[in-house]
Amino acid sequence: MKLLQKLNYGGSCDTPAVPQGAALSIDSLYFRYPGSSMRALDNISLVVNPGERVALIGPNGAGKSTLLNVIVGIESGHTGEIQVYGNPAHECRHRMAIVPQRSSIDWRFPVTVRQVVMMGRYVHLGWFRWPRQEDQDRVDQAMEMMDIANLAERQVGELSGGQQQRVMLARTLAHDADLLLLDEPLNHVDISTQELIFHTLEKLTAAGKAVIVSTHDLGVLTVHFSRAVFIDRRVIADGRVEEVVTPETIAKAYGFEFHKDYVP
Amino acid sequence: MIDFILEPLAYGFVLRGLLAGVLAAVSCALLSAFVVWRGMAFVGDALAHAILPGIVVAYIFGFSFFFGALGAAAAAVLLIGMISGRRRLKEDTAIGIVFSGFFALGVLFMSRITTYQDLSHILFGNILGVSSTDLTVMAVVVAITVISLAFSFKELVVTSFDSAHSMAIGLSPTLLRYFLLFLIAITTVVAIQTVGVILVLSLLVTPGAAASMISKRLKTIMIVSTALSLVSTVIGFYVSYYGNVASGPAIVLTLTLFFVCAFAWSHIIGYLRHASGGRER
Repeated sequence: MKLLQKLNYGGSCDTPAVPQGAALSIDSLYFRYPGSSMRALDNISLVVNPGERVALIGPNGAGKSTLLNVIVGIESGHTGEIQVYGNPAHECRHRMAIVPQRSSIDWRFPVTVRQVVMMGRYVHLGWFRWPRQEDQDRVDQAMEMMDIANLAERQVGELSGGQQQRVMLARTLAHDADLLLLDEPLNHVDISTQELIFHTLEKLTAAGKAVIVSTHDLGVLTVHFSRAVFIDRRVIADGRVEEVVTPETIAKAYGFEFHKDYVP
Repeated sequence: MIDFILEPLAYGFVLRGLLAGVLAAVSCALLSAFVVWRGMAFVGDALAHAILPGIVVAYIFGFSFFFGALGAAAAAVLLIGMISGRRRLKEDTAIGIVFSGFFALGVLFMSRITTYQDLSHILFGNILGVSSTDLTVMAVVVAITVISLAFSFKELVVTSFDSAHSMAIGLSPTLLRYFLLFLIAITTVVAIQTVGVILVLSLLVTPGAAASMISKRLKTIMIVSTALSLVSTVIGFYVSYYGNVASGPAIVLTLTLFFVCAFAWSHIIGYLRHASGGRER
């Protein structure tokens, strides 16, 4: 029975979201990579509410990607509780979607833009079901929103970095998740794509969805995010962007000191 | 001309050989697209070699060589997974160890058997030695492969393209990989009848590679790959019959020739596009 459960994926989901609850609630999360003696995540607790747009920042190797991967279930073997809309995180995978780091994707694999965006619908389909008209419509809408409808039949490998990132976001739109995790979505992205990504994220959060974006681009923080979480294996600071992004945290993140009395 | 084509088929064993070749060609060519684009050529080759001891053991104890081969393939895949698991050694290293170890074991078993002639058929194929029982087993295996591919196509594509996304939706890429390895293993056993252990990799890699020179769409690649594989098998088969040469190399060389043509074609097209100064599409 357990094996069958493991083999199965997608399809309908019986556990309803808990109203008025947190979108994401993490309680004392510990994680260690197999074979490593050091904790990659050390006692992380975090609550994100519906409608929030949170920037996840920290130095390289701080565990930003690891945290997102553990939340979404790409890395297994953590201890501590992760709840998504009041349910155990991996019970209902419709509610959560990730835009993974570019390097986790085989861009040369021969698939079209439409095929990739359709992958966002797979969680609703599961085994032995082909996309229906409703799924096709959702894919069309998602491509329309990300302004890539004209690229539908192109191979993803032929596109620019910015276009590829639009395809990935269109896929999460087709997924129709309530909690979106984006892992370094701004790398190799042109300005207009960056604006479109933020514009879309703002629309989603305005509609009550929750978004967590990991980034090392501190420049975009003050404009586009209300809240930042600074992690370095542990949560170092969590709060309004201007409280979290201080000369001390920047120095910690990038390994150099600001002179506090330095006035440009 | 008609006589030229029909004459060999009047013999039952020749007809069975051609049918066996066609079955192997279809099954290998469909998998070929995934073998090429997921970079599984080495593990495919390893599987083909690793099943040798299974076949020899089946031969010695007189049970179906199909199950002997499948058992050896399963053992090889599990061992590769064990050695490369937990990130201790890279997978190609694990494949290298298991592949050569199993093949050596197979050759060792073979050297204890005096009827070397029979087993050279395993190494180089014996397309004219296919019995009707073999043919039935092969047809069942090919049907399983084709149906499995049709029903897991979208899952295979998503795990190949983006393993992070597939894990996030609860679909295990490891599971799909083992599933694909299983299909490659049973297909290899079928193909060994026609081209043998040594050359089976050609059927698993060359059609997909040639088709990829012509198209960039996965479905088109699979169709073109199947067509090329079928045509090569038939041509190779007749060359073998009339030229009195071994069937395996004849099939493989025809396929290789198609690849060379496709390769040249894609370069000429690329050159012409470049020369005309136009951007691609």
